[in-house]
Amino acid sequence: MNFDPMTPIWLQVATRLKQQVATGALRPGAKLPGGRDLALQFGINPNTAARIYQELEREGVCDTRRGLGTFVTDREDRILALREEMALQALRRFMTDLSGLGMGAGDAIQLIQKEENTK
Amino acid sequence: MITSKQLTRKFGSKTAVDRVDLTLEPGHVYAMLGPNGSGKTTWMKMAAGLMKPTGGEILYDGQPVGISSRRFVAYMSTEPYFYNWMTVGDVGKYYQDFFEDFSMEKFERLLQHMELETGMKTRTLSSGMMAKLKIAVTMARDAKVYMLDEPFNGIDLLARDEIRRCILEEAKPEKVLILSSHLVEEMEAVADRAVFIRQGKLIEVRDLEEMRERDGVSMADRYREIYGHVEG
Repeated sequence: MNFDPMTPIWLQVATRLKQQVATGALRPGAKLPGGRDLALQFGINPNTAARIYQELEREGVCDTRRGLGTFVTDREDRILALREEMALQALRRFMTDLSGLGMGAGDAIQLIQKEENTK
Repeated sequence: MITSKQLTRKFGSKTAVDRVDLTLEPGHVYAMLGPNGSGKTTWMKMAAGLMKPTGGEILYDGQPVGISSRRFVAYMSTEPYFYNWMTVGDVGKYYQDFFEDFSMEKFERLLQHMELETGMKTRTLSSGMMAKLKIAVTMARDAKVYMLDEPFNGIDLLARDEIRRCILEEAKPEKVLILSSHLVEEMEAVADRAVFIRQGKLIEVRDLEEMRERDGVSMADRYREIYGHVEG
């Protein structure tokens, strides 16, 4: 994974893992690698890796069971909510870009329809 | 774990390390940064017990660095230091004789990852292969402190991933790793703290993730801010 060195590394990896949970690439209840393995897998500092799991736990995306490891949440409602959160974030980025071009929500809807029709 | 107090080293009238107060804690990977001649190598040689300070002191777990601390410190210098009649395997045996914490098994595993073979003659190695051999033989020790001077120099892009992995494997809560390199970008994700040195003086020690989070600044950005307009 290529990192943007100006953005916290933990945030970039956490976002990647959340995407995988939201899309189901990481299955509900799946066991995640331990902190050290996560560090090696992504080529990051182990302290950064530990921070990633802390944040994902805080957000309810995964939970750590003492002595067993860290697992993706198996709560379907949490995963659905996560997908919606991530979609909203993508939408906000898109709206910000459009507003930079002087366009609003109405223009966006028209554009989406036009784009869909050309497919 | 390693504490330098007002540490100073003079060479004639030139002061290579100038009253440096610095504490390195276990569980961290430090990137040691500064332009050529800023004193990084001199500081590391004193921490490794290979050079005596001319002022101040350097302590390992509260005791002055010396013969007894040397066995806890694995230091990789920039200079080549193998006899040219040696094979890659001989280098391992040589280290095994010198260091109790050297693991031949780990050495052989690292050689395999780095595509080196025990039968190769060191004098026929390319500079990149030599650089990899130096890393492998240093990291095959089970030391408390690892100091690597320019670990990415002369190493191609693909092998750098392997070097990073090899370094990260030893990044454990009870150990300290210190990397000095001009290739700042190579260390962004591996290190968690940066030590900035200029003209022998300590400028600052920063937590990298905190710097990114609070100021939106990378280690390379900070490097440019500190050294850019001075050394050009």
